[in-house]
Amino acid sequence: MTFSADEMMAVEAARRIDDEAVCFVGIGLPSVAANLARRTHAPRSVLVYESGTIGSKPRELPLSIGDGELAETADAVVTVPEMFAYWLQGGRIDVGFLGAAQIDRHGNLNSTVIGDYDRPSVRLPGGGGAPEIALGVRDVFVMLRQSRRAFVDRIDFTTSLGDRVRVVVTDLGVLEPRDGELTLTQLHPGISVDTAREATGWELRVADDVRETEPPTKAELDALRSLRTKGET
Amino acid sequence: MAASLSDAVRTFVRDGDTVALEGFTHLIPHAAGHEIIRQGRRDLTLVRMTPDVVYDQLIGMGCARKLVFSWGGNPGVGSLHRLRDAVENGWPQALEIEEHSHAGMAAAYAAGAANLPFGVLRGYRGGDLPGRTRVATVTCPFTGEQLAAVPAHRPDVGIVHAQRADRHGNVQLWGILGVQKETVLASRHSIATVEEVVDELAPVPGAIVLPSWVVDAVCVVPRGAHPSYAHGYYDRDNEFYRAWDAISRDREAFRAWMDEHVLATVAA
Repeated sequence: MTFSADEMMAVEAARRIDDEAVCFVGIGLPSVAANLARRTHAPRSVLVYESGTIGSKPRELPLSIGDGELAETADAVVTVPEMFAYWLQGGRIDVGFLGAAQIDRHGNLNSTVIGDYDRPSVRLPGGGGAPEIALGVRDVFVMLRQSRRAFVDRIDFTTSLGDRVRVVVTDLGVLEPRDGELTLTQLHPGISVDTAREATGWELRVADDVRETEPPTKAELDALRSLRTKGET
Repeated sequence: MAASLSDAVRTFVRDGDTVALEGFTHLIPHAAGHEIIRQGRRDLTLVRMTPDVVYDQLIGMGCARKLVFSWGGNPGVGSLHRLRDAVENGWPQALEIEEHSHAGMAAAYAAGAANLPFGVLRGYRGGDLPGRTRVATVTCPFTGEQLAAVPAHRPDVGIVHAQRADRHGNVQLWGILGVQKETVLASRHSIATVEEVVDELAPVPGAIVLPSWVVDAVCVVPRGAHPSYAHGYYDRDNEFYRAWDAISRDREAFRAWMDEHVLATVAA
């Protein structure tokens, strides 16, 4: 079966979610990956959305992190202060997904501004939950399409720290920290090392044992394609 | 007490006030925001975790001097273009920003509700945000651990939307609860808009009740959260959130939309 780069990205991220893992999920690709994992190999994984829904089992993918669907299908709904204090800071979350506009070789992320903070060329939405997710979960998973614009030598603003980033899943492959630096450990089918290097704004380290990502199985693709975003026709 | 929305806004929201319209994606008090715009309030300090479309509108209409926030995007869609235009280009006027993380904002509201001067959390460590916002470090007197302290939110006015109230003005809300309770309790005055008034508040799983004596004005405004939603009453209008991207991208299109849909209408 043929598949798109985004589908490969979602499938590969989903595979890394253990059954029973408690995942703090943002909107977009992380939500796709987490819901895919729950519908395939990790039915007992727990999806936590920062709007306060714990154990959400959405039938359709939400557009926002506060869609009613997430509350209706949750095991528990808590307030936002409780979510951040008791559940995230309380150390009850295993995996936190983050995206960003920029990433550096240490996994530090920028989702705040492009350019100078006081006179930004692009004002991005900002950190939201990211600064404390990056400090409060056991493992940070980053999902980000790989390009020289996003994978930069120096990020313009450090929104969250890379200390707990365990994996970066891109549309080209997978990067993991080795000796304190993100290193290419997997290439998705049909992607060359040169392509990955071209799309990286620093001298990309490549693991000696770099391997090809297993292509999505039919079961994975079927499950992925059955997920549709609420309100989409 | 029951009031019309226009009277409530006229009574409690003054130029220069610090105002928090809360609701985390759910129950966002859009109708109240529109009334503030219609009444032409100016120089407001707007506090809100996720500015959303309602603050994009207030900022674009020139009501705000300052924004205190933690995530300023259109969820699942992209940018808030009026917010960006104000920050990047100073249109229609310069906008001062005080930026926090969600955890910091939540702690600041909770501290305000508890009548404490600051909230405390394990956060804001490393990174560039601490150098750009109001955060300090406190030392735990028992363990010596260094923790982040954020100044409490104490808005002049807190505004929330809820599903319903009873005839005494007790306000009941359920579904995603956000920081509405903290916002009401942290604020000097508060306004709640509700979908309906009922004789008695039947219990609902997970619901909270704000007793009438902590809410200054209760205003009946059906669909007062639209394009946000009221759990059990109507769904989030995701199509509108997507459409807002194009409406708000262009200054003229934005003003035309606001003229037609906000300025030319009257409050419930």
